[in-house]
Amino acid sequence: MTGPPVPAPPDGPEQPAGHRLLGGVPRPRPAGPEPGTHPGPGSGRSDESGAAHGRGGNASAEGERGAREIGARRPGETERAAGRAAEGRRGESGGRGFGRAPRERRPLGGALRAPRAGRSNALHAGAWWVWALGLATAASRTTNPLLLGMLVGVAGYVVAARRTDAPWARSYGAFVKLGLAVIVVRLVFSAVLGSPVPGTHVLLTLPEVPLPDWAQGVRLGGRVTAEQLVFALYDGAKLATLLICLGAANALANPARLLKSLPGALYEAGVAVVVAMTFAPNMVADVLRLRTARRLRGRPTGGVKAVLQIGLPVLEGALERSVAVAASMDARGYGRTAQVPPAVRHTTTALTLGGLLGVCAGSYGLLAAEGAGYGLPVLLGGFAAALGGLWLGGRRQVRTRYRPDRWGPRAWLVAGSGVVVAALMIRAGTYEPLALHPGVVPLTAPSLPLWPAAAVLVGLLPAFVAPVPPKESSS
Amino acid sequence: MIRFENVSVTYGDAGAPPTVSGVDLTVPEGELVLLVGPSGVGKSTLLGAVSGLVPHFTGGTLRGRVTVDGRDTRTHKPRELADVVGTVGQDPLAHFVTDTVEDELAYGMESLGLAPAVMRRRVEETLDLLGLAELRDRPLATLSGGQRQRVAIGSVLTPHPKVLVLDEPTSALDPAAAEEVLAVLQRLVHDLGTTVLMAEHRLERVVQYADRVVLMPAPGEPSVTGAPADVMSFSPVRPPVVALGRLAGWTPLPLSVRDARRNAGELRTRLEGVSPPARVSGPAARAVDASAARAVDAAAADPAARDGKGDLVAGSGPGAGVRAGRAPAAEADRPEAAGGIERTAPRSAPAGAGAAAASARGLASPAASGPASRRRPGARGRTAALFRWLGRGRSARGGEPAGRPHDPAVLAEVARLGVRHGRIEALRRVDLSVAPGETVALMGRNGAGKSTLLGSLVGMVEPASGTVRVGGRTPHRTPPAELVRRVALVPQEPRDLLYADTVGAECAAADADAGAEPGTCRGLVSSLLPGVADDTHPRDLSEGQRLALALAIVLTARPPLLLLDEPTRGLDYAAKSRLVAVLRGLAAEGHGIVLATHDVELAAEIADRVVILAGGEVVADGPTADVVVSSPAFAPQVAKILAPQPWLTVAQVEAAL
Repeated sequence: MTGPPVPAPPDGPEQPAGHRLLGGVPRPRPAGPEPGTHPGPGSGRSDESGAAHGRGGNASAEGERGAREIGARRPGETERAAGRAAEGRRGESGGRGFGRAPRERRPLGGALRAPRAGRSNALHAGAWWVWALGLATAASRTTNPLLLGMLVGVAGYVVAARRTDAPWARSYGAFVKLGLAVIVVRLVFSAVLGSPVPGTHVLLTLPEVPLPDWAQGVRLGGRVTAEQLVFALYDGAKLATLLICLGAANALANPARLLKSLPGALYEAGVAVVVAMTFAPNMVADVLRLRTARRLRGRPTGGVKAVLQIGLPVLEGALERSVAVAASMDARGYGRTAQVPPAVRHTTTALTLGGLLGVCAGSYGLLAAEGAGYGLPVLLGGFAAALGGLWLGGRRQVRTRYRPDRWGPRAWLVAGSGVVVAALMIRAGTYEPLALHPGVVPLTAPSLPLWPAAAVLVGLLPAFVAPVPPKESSS
Repeated sequence: MIRFENVSVTYGDAGAPPTVSGVDLTVPEGELVLLVGPSGVGKSTLLGAVSGLVPHFTGGTLRGRVTVDGRDTRTHKPRELADVVGTVGQDPLAHFVTDTVEDELAYGMESLGLAPAVMRRRVEETLDLLGLAELRDRPLATLSGGQRQRVAIGSVLTPHPKVLVLDEPTSALDPAAAEEVLAVLQRLVHDLGTTVLMAEHRLERVVQYADRVVLMPAPGEPSVTGAPADVMSFSPVRPPVVALGRLAGWTPLPLSVRDARRNAGELRTRLEGVSPPARVSGPAARAVDASAARAVDAAAADPAARDGKGDLVAGSGPGAGVRAGRAPAAEADRPEAAGGIERTAPRSAPAGAGAAAASARGLASPAASGPASRRRPGARGRTAALFRWLGRGRSARGGEPAGRPHDPAVLAEVARLGVRHGRIEALRRVDLSVAPGETVALMGRNGAGKSTLLGSLVGMVEPASGTVRVGGRTPHRTPPAELVRRVALVPQEPRDLLYADTVGAECAAADADAGAEPGTCRGLVSSLLPGVADDTHPRDLSEGQRLALALAIVLTARPPLLLLDEPTRGLDYAAKSRLVAVLRGLAAEGHGIVLATHDVELAAEIADRVVILAGGEVVADGPTADVVVSSPAFAPQVAKILAPQPWLTVAQVEAAL
């Protein structure tokens, strides 16, 4: 009876996520059958929840209000209310999915439909990254603007369908803008600096800046051909697509959760990074607040001077806050370690250091001409030793993890779809190289190759299988 | 459970005077103990010593012995006490390590290495206990103050500590959120037997829940421990309910409104028939009373009306003159009307008569205005519009053009103001106007839009709709250097205004910013904050001193309108009463003051008018007594005790007896 990460069957759209999670609350239950709280499947839901809630009404609709009532109630009352609400929920988890209030719009395959996202069915952050990297790999294999456009479309659609309201989810727009900027910069450079691409369609001729002899091979201005611009456009589009795919991963996966999946020995480093990440937005907020506060002193809020003048107070504020967080972490047990025998400690140190040295020596061996023979084994050995060191180091940790993300079937599907896109695109590179890299000399209109296009569409899978984030979860 | 044995703490050099000295204190298991005393007396240091953060984290030297549940803090580091002591500091946001509610609740348990199943169960229990279930997935940054405080308490509760240490848990909260938190604390003490040690300045909120009170009267003086009623009977800091009890001579001394009400029957009958003064004290109240009488007398004869006004202007300065025409008791809802009257009054005789008549009507009687203001919230917008129209008509009849930009009688006018933060409408159709010499308190729960409204008055927030006029200018389009002469805001964190590293440099900069004569700011600082040297670093000042410094800085440009955001946060009673005196003085000089505050006692003491915001809309706007007396959340303790009589402060009652 520990909280099962229920890959929950479909729930009604208006049901709050947190509420359903409570379905998994471990509560001691009497062994015998409980009339009223354990209705048989299909038994009337309304009377059951009516009994459980007393004055409640339909549990699924009232759950949220019930939870709110708890907050508002006086202490004496709260216990009973909590009990009542919990009963309602428990009853609901027993009778989930049955006899739900009549609701239209039940599309095909109810059980296969993506559930409402919550803590317990959250997709592993790694799955999103694998998916996004898969798309990015595919993008790096082609310059066909149609395929790249499809990749951007796929990533954008999935982001639109599955991103949350969280702050990190808003970074997607920034990545798209960055991508566009990359294309523009690439085009401008190509036009101004010229390009090795030979071309016959001269679009315009920029005034050429005469350069001294030592700068031979560099050209400023001059002819601008359609071919070179198209080539630059394709190239820029590829880079932009890569960036947008990374942006999608950023928007979809909670970075803090990803760091939490680190091995135990690296956990503390992970926490430090998480804390640092929450500090960046805080500092930005400080800068904004102090800049507007300058107005109160009758000073202009813009300009370099403003930023310089508030620099020190902002840093002081950040420092104070980090000291406060450090105090809080210390008082809450951060850094408690288990007693480990000195032998284990020394072994850990030796393994880690030796391993890292091995990795260094091994890579040197691999790269240098004369050491090819021993390079690989030393590298692998060093790697294994370092991993062993990490594992042993983890034994000093007493900390446990609260509800880590699990890699469930949906995570497999999401990650798998990305891998499939990448693999199919790489494969397509061998049998349809021309379609993936449409020629620019002579200029030809790019065509959409059927099979690679179909492969890209596989990347849409997460938009259907990943749990749906609740709408306007924070209001 | 907690034992202090002859504890002294010294920060810095060995020669420095100890922050805390010779404290002997025992807190038995399952008690809620309240630590009381002025700022700087070492309360936070004592609290820190319980969790071991003092001296392990903060540095300094601790002499004597502190044991918690038998563990000596000298030999146990804070992290090794983490399973026994839960500590929540003053700012819950600084306490958070993770980014969502659920993770935050689990963090402490993760550190202690509890089994996942146990963690899961305790998180669910704590979510229910603190009423946080619907917030479980929310990012911490999006929570309101009360919610944050509850999450912070929850996050230290999950490891099931035996001792909970809280530093000012309710200071930053609105009254309702504070009650939420206190209800939770009481529940922990009663049901779970948790020992709670807490420091709090807002005694009126907490003293009734305490089992014992530890009074630290002044730095270096020995602490006194005892039952709350005993300690309160001689404590220099005390909530209004205790002050009233001492005034009326009730024994045993009541600590809660309920106890006091039981005793108050006799006091209520004594006060029957006596109506409280329109304003607590100060020249303003008297001036207003006088003007009212004159205005009524003068309604018949025009020249007399003008003379009356002239007298007042001569007698008590231009501020009072303007105030004279206003009828603070009942005019709150029609500032425009009042403004129109004031404008016309001194200039032409017929208009003067109109003004007098209107004032007389406005002042008819507080009793009549009571029900009217209760009716108002519903039809407020319409009424306001009507009166605005009436005001215009009247001034037009008086031969005055309406709506001139430089209207000396209205410092700030906000009409149908809407403000959006992204998708959230922070303010919707807000109307407000502030007259010289008037003190307006903005109240409402955290996030109701109080700070946004203040921000829009100083141009920090751009309105999405409606208009804001301050001194005839639109704030967000006015250059800051010019705006500081019209309006000043002391932000929630006065430190935001301080950039320099000495008080002297800060003052010099303020003079330069405001274009004032050198020494203006320093003069203000000396009057508001005597005994602070020029070379003091602003960070070394106490909360109250820093507030006074910020106040002096923004007053350097002599703005007629002064805004304060949560001025009493973190202030002890002494600092608060100094602030009250300063603000009253400013109002008497003719400054208009708007303060956003959760402190109902402060509002009762100085506000002429209370505006309550909820969800970005004005839900009540009227004279303090009318708005506040009937409200369960915003009524000061004296009003609760003496309801339905409209008494607000102990000083009022004292004056009447």
